[in-house]
Amino acid sequence: MRHVLSVMVNDQPRVLARVANLLGRRTFNIESISVGESEEAGLSRMVIVTRGDEQTMEQISKQLHKLVDVIKVQDLSSHPAVERELLLVKVEAGPSERTEIGGIVEPFRAAVVDVGPHSLMVQATGERSKLNALLQLLHPYGVKEVARTGVTALSRSAVKVTN
Amino acid sequence: MPDAVTMTDSTERAGKDEKEFTGSEILLRCLLEEGVDVAFGYPGGAVLPIYDSLYRGALNHLLARHEQGAIHAADGYARATGKPGVVIATSGPGATNLVTGIANAQMDSIPLVCITGNVAQSLIGTDAFQEADIVGITMPITKHSYLVTDVKDLPRIVKEAFHIASTGRPGPVLIDIPKDVSNAKSTFQYPSTVTVRGYQPKSDPHPLQLTRLYQALKEAKKPLILAGGGVVTSGAEKELIAFAEKARIPVTTTLMGLGGFPGQHSLWLGMPGMHGTYAANHALLECDLLIGIGARFDDRVTMGRIDKFATGAKIVHIDIDPAEIGKNLDTFIPIVGDVKKVLASAMQEAPRCPSDAWLKQVQGWYRQYPFRYRDEEGVLKPQWVIQHLYESTGGDAVVTTDVGQHQMWVAQYFPFARPRSFITSGGLGTMGFGFPAALGAQLARPGETVISVTGDGGFQMTCQELAVAALSEIPVKVAVINNHCLGMVRQWQEIFHKKRYSEVDLSGSPDFVRLTEAYGVKAFRAKTREEAVRVWKEALEHPGPAVVDFWVHSSENVYPMVASGTGLDEMMMGDEEG
Repeated sequence: MRHVLSVMVNDQPRVLARVANLLGRRTFNIESISVGESEEAGLSRMVIVTRGDEQTMEQISKQLHKLVDVIKVQDLSSHPAVERELLLVKVEAGPSERTEIGGIVEPFRAAVVDVGPHSLMVQATGERSKLNALLQLLHPYGVKEVARTGVTALSRSAVKVTN
Repeated sequence: MPDAVTMTDSTERAGKDEKEFTGSEILLRCLLEEGVDVAFGYPGGAVLPIYDSLYRGALNHLLARHEQGAIHAADGYARATGKPGVVIATSGPGATNLVTGIANAQMDSIPLVCITGNVAQSLIGTDAFQEADIVGITMPITKHSYLVTDVKDLPRIVKEAFHIASTGRPGPVLIDIPKDVSNAKSTFQYPSTVTVRGYQPKSDPHPLQLTRLYQALKEAKKPLILAGGGVVTSGAEKELIAFAEKARIPVTTTLMGLGGFPGQHSLWLGMPGMHGTYAANHALLECDLLIGIGARFDDRVTMGRIDKFATGAKIVHIDIDPAEIGKNLDTFIPIVGDVKKVLASAMQEAPRCPSDAWLKQVQGWYRQYPFRYRDEEGVLKPQWVIQHLYESTGGDAVVTTDVGQHQMWVAQYFPFARPRSFITSGGLGTMGFGFPAALGAQLARPGETVISVTGDGGFQMTCQELAVAALSEIPVKVAVINNHCLGMVRQWQEIFHKKRYSEVDLSGSPDFVRLTEAYGVKAFRAKTREEAVRVWKEALEHPGPAVVDFWVHSSENVYPMVASGTGLDEMMMGDEEG
């Protein structure tokens, strides 16, 4: 099963390497990792998307906890949470196709953020499945480049969940 | 002891608070504050400032002949005392030579503080001379690591390193100090307390889980304790005896747990696993309640066959590391906490198990199937040598080993009575560990007999440390079980590779007697029992270090044996051989 882990870590050099190294050497699967600042100075929030059964998830969480730079591990799959990813995609498009692509982009609440003579760039945010659907619709036009941030997420509950 | 330090202090009394020290002087002061009485190491370019601060001898430092020797010695010191061992190495090759020793300590949960120099920060990342990313290289094999970027952080980092290395589940911590940090100046104050937000080991067990344990004990007709290295680490040997006796539970101790429960006790069933006793393995197969205490159910005990391991048993797992619980085995009662604290409660509260019939059965097995070997007239058998080491010392010795046949024979034929008397490379299985570890152990416990049992393969990996034994007159006795080959590899080739003996012949090895004498250390050779008895006595009576080269047959194998990937019920007892 797919799980989204929210991991609070010290904002220290190499902290990403420590986490990635741990997951790699214990052969845990990583779908995506994204890191950024958090609400607390000195701490970063790392969002890890992974897959595993209950026993694997328990091990991932416990092993992460053993890292001295890890302060808190929370499995967002067990709480209501908001999950988002940002997608940038460069699509081949001459002047004649621009309006058509605009029509695809709109219902996704995506936006055209750059236009060139033969291409344009679409920006979209949302859950992974939505971005995948958008990409699929854009494919016939010729997708030149794709960049995705990986998932970031926050628990919905009003109170901060501590672990 | 710290003359040099107090001297500097008094000369600068006037401006006490403003007095500045270099990073390397600060490091020295930190080590003295931590009560470090010996460090092992090897100098080099990036640690020149650190070695300069050691010049006046405020800290007892032993110059190894290879960084691997230094770190194994620090490891042996740590295992013999429970205190963190300290090793110092230079950048680049000095640091990478520590890698095996760091991994060795990590696998066996041994507290080490490893100090490496690095090139100046301005050069880091430029592939400078003798630069190696040792923090990156050792990330998977350290409990934690630091790259010091500001001399002002040094006291806090050293304090944290000792705290992290020695508490919770112990392990090696690396401090990498760039040369400019060693040279930079700062005032010095050693922090009196330490708080690491992301490191809060839990030592008190949950009372509910203890209650569940006591309930399970009431119902257990066939209980079994599997005690591991955690019993030794937490110093819980008395509590373990009291608990086992009160609840009437037989005890098997893993390789790392040997000495954690007396090998002479009537409840002891010996070591389990690949080369374990029939009694221990069959008790594991048939028990209905298995209590793992500071043991991690590794594949040399379970044979990697969880589906065949203690299948009828409820599993209780007591460990200070929550990640160990459920890692290899589904656990019915998880008890996270310091083994000593858990057992201190259990020895008071535990009920007596209805285990009389079971005890009779397992003790019967233990008597019926002792370790045995075929004794031959006029042949010096390695098992006999180990028995002789035991008898000649009355078992009152600290014994270190490497990995392989000699290690298993020590585990089988030297019943350890006390914790921290058996020092072995358990998890990593490192050749060359035992001899330098014995030097560290002997320094830690000067009045005791310390024996390094090694093989002709392993001894050649770190025998250069004979120089340290000679120079510092460390009276370690080395027993080389010399079968002129890599015995355990040969054994596996014999059994699993149709006797295709590939690259296990150690012909070309030096004459160990002459090699040892070249270092100025006393050496003996024994090819028969009579010689063995005579020269071993001489070696023991010799006040300094001594090496005894025991020549044994290369064809002797370790039995019983359970092949990797088979069940514990499929023991090869060794009788099959002609």
